[in-house]
Amino acid sequence: MALMKTVVREKNVEEKLQQHSEENVNVFKAKGLNLWYGNDQALKNINLDIKKNGVTAIIGPSGCGKSTFLKTLNRMVELVPIVRTTGSINYHGVNIFDTSVNLVELRSSVGMVFQKPNPFPKSIYDNVAFGPRVHGIKKKAILNDIVEKSLRSSGLWEEVKNRLNESALGLSGGQQQRLCIARTLAVEPEVILMDEPTSALDPKSTLKIEELIQELKENYSIIIVTHNMQQAARISDKTAFFLNGEVVEYDDTDIIFSTPNDKRTEDYITGRFG
Amino acid sequence: MELDAQNRSESEKISGLKQVTKEKLTQKSFKANLLDFLIEKAFFVFGSIAVFVLLLILYFLIREGSDALREVGIVEFLTGTRWYPSSPQGAGYGALPFIISSFMVTTGALIIAIPWGIFTAIFIAEIAPKRVREILKPVVEVLAIFPSVILGFIALVILSPIVANLFGLSNGLNAFTASVILSVMALPTIISIAEDSIKSVPKDYREAAYALGATRWETIKTITVPAAKSGIMAGIMLGFGRAVGETMTVLMAAGNALNMPVREFFGVTLPNYFSSVRTLTANIAIEGSDVPWGSLHYSALFVIALILFVITFVVNLTADILISRQRRKLNNE
Ligand SMILES: Nc1ncnc2c1ncn2[C@@H]1O[C@H](COP(=O)(O)OP(=O)(O)O)[C@@H](O)[C@H]1O
Ligand SMILES: [Mg+2]
Repeated sequence: MALMKTVVREKNVEEKLQQHSEENVNVFKAKGLNLWYGNDQALKNINLDIKKNGVTAIIGPSGCGKSTFLKTLNRMVELVPIVRTTGSINYHGVNIFDTSVNLVELRSSVGMVFQKPNPFPKSIYDNVAFGPRVHGIKKKAILNDIVEKSLRSSGLWEEVKNRLNESALGLSGGQQQRLCIARTLAVEPEVILMDEPTSALDPKSTLKIEELIQELKENYSIIIVTHNMQQAARISDKTAFFLNGEVVEYDDTDIIFSTPNDKRTEDYITGRFG
Repeated sequence: MELDAQNRSESEKISGLKQVTKEKLTQKSFKANLLDFLIEKAFFVFGSIAVFVLLLILYFLIREGSDALREVGIVEFLTGTRWYPSSPQGAGYGALPFIISSFMVTTGALIIAIPWGIFTAIFIAEIAPKRVREILKPVVEVLAIFPSVILGFIALVILSPIVANLFGLSNGLNAFTASVILSVMALPTIISIAEDSIKSVPKDYREAAYALGATRWETIKTITVPAAKSGIMAGIMLGFGRAVGETMTVLMAAGNALNMPVREFFGVTLPNYFSSVRTLTANIAIEGSDVPWGSLHYSALFVIALILFVITFVVNLTADILISRQRRKLNNE
C-alpha cells in the first residue's frame, strides 16, 4: 500500500517535471483543434506544438486557414460571431478556451501584427503608448521610456524621434508596419503573431522587417503567416504547411524546404499549386 | 480565361490593332472633350445657383429689414430688452429677449440631446445585438419625420403638466419644457449621422485595439469615437440647425411670454429655464401673420430673421472649419 503511494507520487512528480520542461520548450500546444465559421469548417483537427523563442512560419495556399489559426491563438477569431471551436490550445498550462481565461491578459501577452499596417489615426507617440495606457500606465515619464524603448526595438526611433507628435498616417507603409510592431512590443508580449506582415510592403521595407524579426526572435516567440516561401525559408526555424484547414506537415524549416515528407508539401513548395 | 486574354492580345499585336502610337496617346475625341466641358460647367452652374439663392435670401432680408435697421439701429436690436413695436409712444425694438430665449432653448436641447444621441448611436453601431438594432433604427427614423406639431402637442398636454408638478410651477410652458421636447427633435439627426460615422470607422482600428488587450468600452472610448469625431460633430451641427430653426414645437411648448428670461442668483444674472420664453422663430410666427405690410414693425421682423440667419450661418461655418481642421490634422495633410 505504502509502496504504491510512493510510486504514484513519483509518477506525478515525473509528469510534472515533464510538463515543466515542455513548457520551457513549447509556448503553444494545440490539441485536436477544430474551428467552424457557421457550418464551414476552417480548421480540422490541428495538433501543433509551437516552439518557444524562435520563428515559426505558417505557409499554405490562400484560404487554407492560416489566418484563422493565427487569430485563434489570441482568440481574436471570436470577433466573428458565428465562430465555434472544439479542442484545446495549451498556453502556460491553461487551455485558452477556458471560460476563466482573461482575454485582456491573453492578448497582452500574445500580441498581433496585421497584414495591412493599421496604425491608429493618432500621433506616433499615442500609437505606441496606447497599449500601456489601456493597461493603466499614466505616468508620463514611464510612458516616454516605453515609447522610446519600443521604437528603438522596432528600429524606428531614429527616423521618428523628432516627430513623435505627428500623425502616424504620415509615415510610409514600411514605417507604419514597424510602428505597429513597436505598438505591440510596448505591451511587453511573450508571443508576437504576424499575419503576412510584409505582403503590403515594397522589397526594401520587407527586408527591414525580416531583419527585425531576426532580432526579435531572441526575446520573443514569433509566429508568422506568409505567402512568400522564400521568406519562410529565410527567417523561420520551424515551418507548418497548412492545406484545406489541416496541417499537412510540420518540421524544421530546413527539412520542409529540402526533403519534405509529404508529396503535397513538395508540390506546394516547388510551386506546383497554390 | 487568362489564356484567352493572352491569345487576344497576341492577335492584336499581329494585326496592329493595339499598336501604341504617339497620335493615339495624345489625341482625345471632340465628343469626349465636349462632354467633359459640359459636365464640368453643369456642376459649376448648379453649385452657383445654390449660392445665388442663398445670397438672394440674404439680400431680400436686408432690403426688407433696411427701414428698421436705419430707424432703430442694429445696436438697439441686439441689446434692447423691450419689444413693443406697435406701441404708438415709446415703441421698443429690443430683440435681446428673443436671442437669449433661442440661445437657451437650443443650448438646453443640445445639452440633453448630445450625450443621449451619442450614446444611442454608439449603442446601435457597436453594442446592440442585431435584433435590437433592427428595431431601434426604424424607430429613430420615424422620430425624424414625426410632424413637429404632434411633438408640440405632446409638450403642451403631457410634458408641461409633469414639469409644472415636478418643480412646483404654476405654468409648465417654459424654456425647460421646450428644451426637452426640442432635444427629442434633434435626436434622430444626431443619432443617424453619428451612427453612420461610427460605423464607417475602419474595422482595422478596432482589431488593433482588441489585439492590444483593450476592452470593448476602451476601444469605443479611445479609438472608435475619436476616429468618428468629425462625423459626430456634423451630426451635432445639423441637430443644432434643427433646434434653432424649429418653430412649431417651441411655439407650443415655450409659453411665448415677452420678457427677459433671466433671474438674479446671488448677484449674478443667469438664464432662468423655468420662465416662459419667446424665441426668434416663435416671434416671427406669432407676429408675422397680422403685421401691417410695409410698416416699421414688418421691417423689424425681417431684422429678426436676419439675426437668425446670421447665427445659423456663423455656427455652421465655425463647425465646418473646426471639422475640416480636425480631419486635416488626422490625415496629416
Ligand atoms: N469571417 C469569416 N467568415 C466566414 N468564413 C471565413 C471568415 N474568415 C475566413 N473564412 C473562411 O475560412 C477559411 C480560411 O480562411 P483564412 O484563415 O483567412 O485563410 P488564409 O489566411 O489561409 O488565406 C476560408 O475558406 C475562408 O473563406
Ligand atoms: Mg490570410
